[in-house]
Amino acid sequence: MLKSTKAAVATVAITAGLATSATAEDLSGTLRIMSDMSNPAPRAIMEGLAADFDAMHPGLTVELEVVDREAWKSQIRNALTANPPDVFNWYAANRMAPYVNAGLFEDITDMWDGGDLPGLDSVKGAMTIDGKQYGVPYTYYQWGIYYREDIFNELGLTEPATFDEEIANCQKIVDSGRKCYTIGSKFLWTAGGWFDYMNMRTNGFDFHMKLATGQAEWTSDEVRATFANWRKLIDMGAFIDDHQTYSWQEALPFFVNGEATAYLMGNFVVPHLREAGLTDDQIDFYQFPKIADVPMGEDAPTDTFHIASNAPNKAAARAFLQYVTSPDVQSKINGPDGLGQLPVNASASVADDEFIKQGFEMLSNNATGGIAQFFDRDFPAEMASVGMEGLQEFMVFPDNLEDILGRLESARQRIYK
Amino acid sequence: MTTATHDMNWVRRNRMTLTPLLFLLPGVLFFTVYVIFPILQSFNISLYEWDGLGEATYIGLGNYQELVTDRAFEISLWNNVKWLALYLLAIPAGLFIALFLNQTIPGIRLYKSLFFFPFVLSQVVVGLVFSWFYLPREGLLNAVLSFFGFDTINVLGDPTLATYGIIAAGLWPQTAYCMILYLTGLNAVDPEQIEAGRLDGAKGWRMLWHVILPQLKPATFIAFVVTIIGALRSFDLISVMTNGGPFGSTRVLSFYMFEKALSEYGFRMGYGSAIAVVLFLIMLVFIGYFLWSMYRDEKAARR
Repeated sequence: MLKSTKAAVATVAITAGLATSATAEDLSGTLRIMSDMSNPAPRAIMEGLAADFDAMHPGLTVELEVVDREAWKSQIRNALTANPPDVFNWYAANRMAPYVNAGLFEDITDMWDGGDLPGLDSVKGAMTIDGKQYGVPYTYYQWGIYYREDIFNELGLTEPATFDEEIANCQKIVDSGRKCYTIGSKFLWTAGGWFDYMNMRTNGFDFHMKLATGQAEWTSDEVRATFANWRKLIDMGAFIDDHQTYSWQEALPFFVNGEATAYLMGNFVVPHLREAGLTDDQIDFYQFPKIADVPMGEDAPTDTFHIASNAPNKAAARAFLQYVTSPDVQSKINGPDGLGQLPVNASASVADDEFIKQGFEMLSNNATGGIAQFFDRDFPAEMASVGMEGLQEFMVFPDNLEDILGRLESARQRIYK
Repeated sequence: MTTATHDMNWVRRNRMTLTPLLFLLPGVLFFTVYVIFPILQSFNISLYEWDGLGEATYIGLGNYQELVTDRAFEISLWNNVKWLALYLLAIPAGLFIALFLNQTIPGIRLYKSLFFFPFVLSQVVVGLVFSWFYLPREGLLNAVLSFFGFDTINVLGDPTLATYGIIAAGLWPQTAYCMILYLTGLNAVDPEQIEAGRLDGAKGWRMLWHVILPQLKPATFIAFVVTIIGALRSFDLISVMTNGGPFGSTRVLSFYMFEKALSEYGFRMGYGSAIAVVLFLIMLVFIGYFLWSMYRDEKAARR
């Protein structure tokens, strides 16, 4: 068993063209990896990566420490300042800004410029702050509307392409005694996903980014138009009741039991739906429909690896970053047996899975507006927390909109200085 | 040699003062390093704008000025007041149960343990159990309500009810705590005084009010102290049951401080410290009262 895995690793290494560069460097010492891939499937992937990398480098000991994903969000600060690991997980875009500004993330611009990371050009932007790169992505996933295909067939509905069709579909679903969308907004970020799409479809990707960077006002007519569109759905009873009490997982049974027909979510929802007993004939996926005539932007959050600027073993850390982004490793870890998400390397192959293929197709050909990270990664942390709270309130009490917008606008004026 | 014996004598002569001081020393040391110093540090940090990593900028009372206009802070403050007021219900409730359980019938120990049981549970478990109890569709509460023909309610999803829902959950273990304090207190009640009271014709409420309660004063005082402290440091139940929501309506000062300073979207150390300072000042009122009344009792006891 052990021998066969080692052989497999060796083949992977040789085909990836890494064996030569790695032996040339003769990595030694210890490589400490801190990972937040704590859910069972990602955890197995991460453990596999560490073991394979360890096997490839006889002189190197790889130490892996898996930290709970939620806990890591607050632990990272202590970890990076007190006893920095060599390699660790984090997120792209604005979410890494505070640490980059505090000088805790290693600048790896030379790796990007020096051609060490071929095939990653399309995701370079998300890793860039002030013209420098601070990490590598290892996976990303599409967002979109996952729906119950069998119920759509039963009601004679087709995938909508425009918002009017969406509303017409939804009306039929509501008339049949179901809800159109399930959502659990207890932890707020799910409401952020809805806002991202409503705003990107109503005002376009560029306006959405202007709002994220604090250049647009929350009380502007554009934002009001977004909320007016959103309200159409809320007023017709499209969302499940009491969603402020549920987490996103607790909202899944509504979808599984057919009480709600669709879920606006990231692709990570698919394994949960399959585990709950739904077959691929019962679930399908469509891109969030068009509202205004603007190029369509999409949410596709990118998860990343970074090197600590005080890392003891930077040589090994760099080799590991190169390793995780190589085409073969990318194909393997993002495949259906792995994360079930999209590989970031353009030369990697996309898994033969209905949803991964559709997502890849959508992001490559139909996201003409641009690719956003997500509400809480594009907006600065403090704006995101105030914002998502307002969005949740809007979904429960849409009449409070004026008050909410005023609050968000004053938060904007304070936060972006 | 002579100096040594001289020293010896000095130590011996002052041992009544030295011994307690030596015993106090480790405690005082730890208390200074881990309690007093951090409190002063919080005061200091609250004058800065600091993300915990980079340079701290001195902004004077800027954080406090922001607090005055911060609606989330105002909500937290009011919720703390609600917690303080309603949590005190645990004292009469605990007393009532203790009086009820203070009988000699077979199996009373079992009943006592059952009543005490919630206090042994972790607050996190209490929070989880109650959030299931309150669940809008599957919850037991709504099952009971609809059985009796009432409308169902979503306690934790309703901003006007959520805080009360959490306080009710907190009262469950706190009542058990107060009950145990009163049960021990009742053991110390002097039977001769009760006998004397009975001879004078006192019974029921009069007996309770004029004979038993005065003797339970120490228990009441401790119950008051732990309940006030429990109310002010309420955090875990809120974190488990609502995470401060819906839309921030169940925050209290300690939770808001955590959110601003230490949570995923926080890291405003200065602002968090300012909230902590306000909470500390509120606590100081009670701590001051506790210390003063303890000092008064000690003085009375010495006389």
